[in-house]
Amino acid sequence: MSQEALHQPGVAKPGIGQAAAASGSFIRKHLREYGILLALIVIMAFFQIVTNGILLKPINLTNLILQNSYVIIMALGMLLVIVSGHIDLSVGSVLGFVGALAAVMIVQWDMNYILAGVICLAVGAVIGAIQGYWIAYWKIPSFIVTLAGMLVFKGLSLWVLAGQSVGPFPRGFQLIASGFLPDVFGIKGFNLLSMLLGVAVVAVVLFFGMRSRFRNRASGHDDEPAIFFFGRNFILAAAIVYITWALSTFRGFPNVLVVMALLIAVYSFITTRTTIGRRIYAVGGNEKATRLSGINTERLVFLTFANMGMLAALAGLVFAARLNTATPKAGLGFELDVIAAVFIGGASMAGGVGTIVGAVIGAFIMGVMNNGMSILGIGIDYQQVIKGLVLLVAVIFDVYNKNRA
Amino acid sequence: MATILEMQGITKTFPGVVALDNVSLRVEEGEIHALVGENGAGKSTLMKVLSGVYPHGSYDGVIEFRGEECRFSGIADSEKRGIIIIHQELALVPLLSIAENIFLGNERASGGVIDWHETFARTRELLAKVGLRESPQTRVTDLGLGKQQLVEIAKALSKEVKLLILDEPTSSLNETDSEALLQLLLEFKAAGISSILISHKLNEISKVADTITVLRDGSAVSTLDADGGKVSEADIIRDMVGRSLNDRYPPRAPKIGGTIFEVKNWTAHHPQHSDRKVVDDVSFHARAGEVVGIAGLMGAGRTELAMSVFGRSYGVDISGEVWMHGKPVDVSTVHRAIAAGICYATEDRKSYGLVLDDTIRRNIPLAHLSGISNGIVIDENRELAVARDYRERIRIKCSSTAQEVVNLSGGNQQKVVLAKWLFAGPEVLILDEPTRGIDVGAKYEIYSIIAELAASGKAIVVISSEMPELLGVTDRLYVMNEGRFVGEMPTAEASQEKIMSLIIRSGHRN
Repeated sequence: MSQEALHQPGVAKPGIGQAAAASGSFIRKHLREYGILLALIVIMAFFQIVTNGILLKPINLTNLILQNSYVIIMALGMLLVIVSGHIDLSVGSVLGFVGALAAVMIVQWDMNYILAGVICLAVGAVIGAIQGYWIAYWKIPSFIVTLAGMLVFKGLSLWVLAGQSVGPFPRGFQLIASGFLPDVFGIKGFNLLSMLLGVAVVAVVLFFGMRSRFRNRASGHDDEPAIFFFGRNFILAAAIVYITWALSTFRGFPNVLVVMALLIAVYSFITTRTTIGRRIYAVGGNEKATRLSGINTERLVFLTFANMGMLAALAGLVFAARLNTATPKAGLGFELDVIAAVFIGGASMAGGVGTIVGAVIGAFIMGVMNNGMSILGIGIDYQQVIKGLVLLVAVIFDVYNKNRA
Repeated sequence: MATILEMQGITKTFPGVVALDNVSLRVEEGEIHALVGENGAGKSTLMKVLSGVYPHGSYDGVIEFRGEECRFSGIADSEKRGIIIIHQELALVPLLSIAENIFLGNERASGGVIDWHETFARTRELLAKVGLRESPQTRVTDLGLGKQQLVEIAKALSKEVKLLILDEPTSSLNETDSEALLQLLLEFKAAGISSILISHKLNEISKVADTITVLRDGSAVSTLDADGGKVSEADIIRDMVGRSLNDRYPPRAPKIGGTIFEVKNWTAHHPQHSDRKVVDDVSFHARAGEVVGIAGLMGAGRTELAMSVFGRSYGVDISGEVWMHGKPVDVSTVHRAIAAGICYATEDRKSYGLVLDDTIRRNIPLAHLSGISNGIVIDENRELAVARDYRERIRIKCSSTAQEVVNLSGGNQQKVVLAKWLFAGPEVLILDEPTRGIDVGAKYEIYSIIAELAASGKAIVVISSEMPELLGVTDRLYVMNEGRFVGEMPTAEASQEKIMSLIIRSGHRN
């Protein structure tokens, strides 16, 4: 690569007018990404006020995270599926089926719960792989294949459980969902380990944010105006610190939160920085052009579904552990919450567009609304209507934005 | 002759751009008026103003049609007056029949119930007029592009057309179909229907046009009287680009080395009708520094040949061998073909070449992601550097490499496709219709890139339906017809007549 080709960007300090214009065009370009974050903040502020501060109380915050963990875990996989141009309607049923399987193995067969958990994850991956096989190699529309999967695994959960609820689980298994990070420092009423971990996360996030900003500037990437960069990072850091502190004063980080945070980080990295992530976006954007670029598009779609199955299984374990029982009704309609979260997060039905962070924020928007409306005692009827409208508005906003551009 | 259309002082601005600047256009009754200009010169905008896509009030100026001032508020208005536009991208519903398409939105019906008897009878009349011998009940998807174009024209005729506007009607047609279409325009002219023909193909224009209006950068720069071939292509090009383009092809001094690429006894069958040979026992080779052309009519099997060689992307039951540097190589998948040093730039860049909604920066490395990563993690700075390097080297005009390719002009999109393949580091580059749908200036740049690549020792195979282009850029030519190679000659000894006669004679043999 010749150095001459890399013309360095002008380093002259832009005037105030220019800076304003630059942020204006930046906002227009990234309206969606900031819009969704802003929407979450506004919704949280709204419920914080109308619930008289209950929303952000440590106990409710813990609840909020536990309640939404399985939706978020599945949204990570669903984002990849939707970006690749497909859909998976079976995740709710798979979640229920895997929970049922876990219950039968652990409670009825007395199997070691770690072994059972590993088997369940493998079963989930195999279920996803089977569906992915038909979708990728036989070109059967994913809507049909996973609709069939939805019915099949709903039926199989009923069969496995023989129509009964099976539980309770041994203590160790329950800890997946209801456990907290151990309080190694032994300070009463404050989980210092969680606090330290939270602060460490903030430090790492800020470090990597700054590092990539400096690198981008050095190589002349079109970068985010400073005010947005610092504003965004400040809000993020403040949010993490607040949540950490709040959780630490209650019982510390739930185990699920740690798992979830790790998964979010890993999937975010995969989608933005790795070749396999790039290829999934390309497949969703233009499958034919991607194949003619020497990329094995079938295998990618296959892997995307296998991954989705595995994450659905993980969510199934978390959900079963949280309820401490497996019921034939578990997972009913979850696929819709997951898909809604991904679309609220800015993914496109046509494929090729969407972000992990967006999907997670989308899931939290749904979660906060569920939680807030339940605290207020709003009936399930109105809750459904309002959630439906939020989904519609988010997508209309997307389309409007796209047409205007 | 009376004037049928008079557009005066048309000015149309978009935020930040003057698309049309005080353009006037006058079309006489019963003439074929050609509108030429580079992409972005304003031809389509002018036609959109005329047909009411941009309603009255959104532009300045006056339109008079058949002596009356017109203020169209939509396309339905202009159609009612007999101005019918046929767009480059055909607007037919593939799964409906010819008759249903022709009368779509204009059904022969009473009280919402369709009179199929009348519909079919009228359709047959219209099809006879355009010379299309098909049943009215044939589904449009079962017709070739040339016939679909005729259905569009039949549809226009069903609406009492006074002025027919054709936007690049022959851009996707083969020579025979183009010829038939131009003949049809001449028949319409004889019947008193005026037409406006937008085209990049200057030879066609000089064949049929009575008057030529040249647009450049949103202004009408000249109106030439072309009756009887008085205008030379050079004149038109000079007006189009604002400079003389005596040499439409860059000069080159070929330095031809040893054979790099050989295809031996290549046969491929149609994916649906597996008993049909689309490529039949074809052998050819290309040498270092050589530009080899494959001439032929559309449907001759050239694209199918190239795509079947490139990782079996087309066809079934493929046999034959591909050799590189005297050794057979495995080209059974696209990935392996690229690894062997073979790249193929498609004829259909929008469907097969680009991820349109993605940025230039992310499109370029798609075929060679290992070049910007350690195999797993992408180095975004390297990606940016690569994009900038190609932007400079092959002059991709864009505001930033973060621009989405969907917003680029055809020529620049084609350059992104080329950049993608150049980055993959090929030794053999197969270019399928590399200048389709791009304007004269951009064509020259693509030819220059081809010349540079050949000069750097690569073997280039060019597939093109434009014979002058093949004669202009290649060193050696193969002629393909009906799946077989029917001739080979040094370009220096080739001529259009020679190629055509090879094709026609080979057709007679069957």
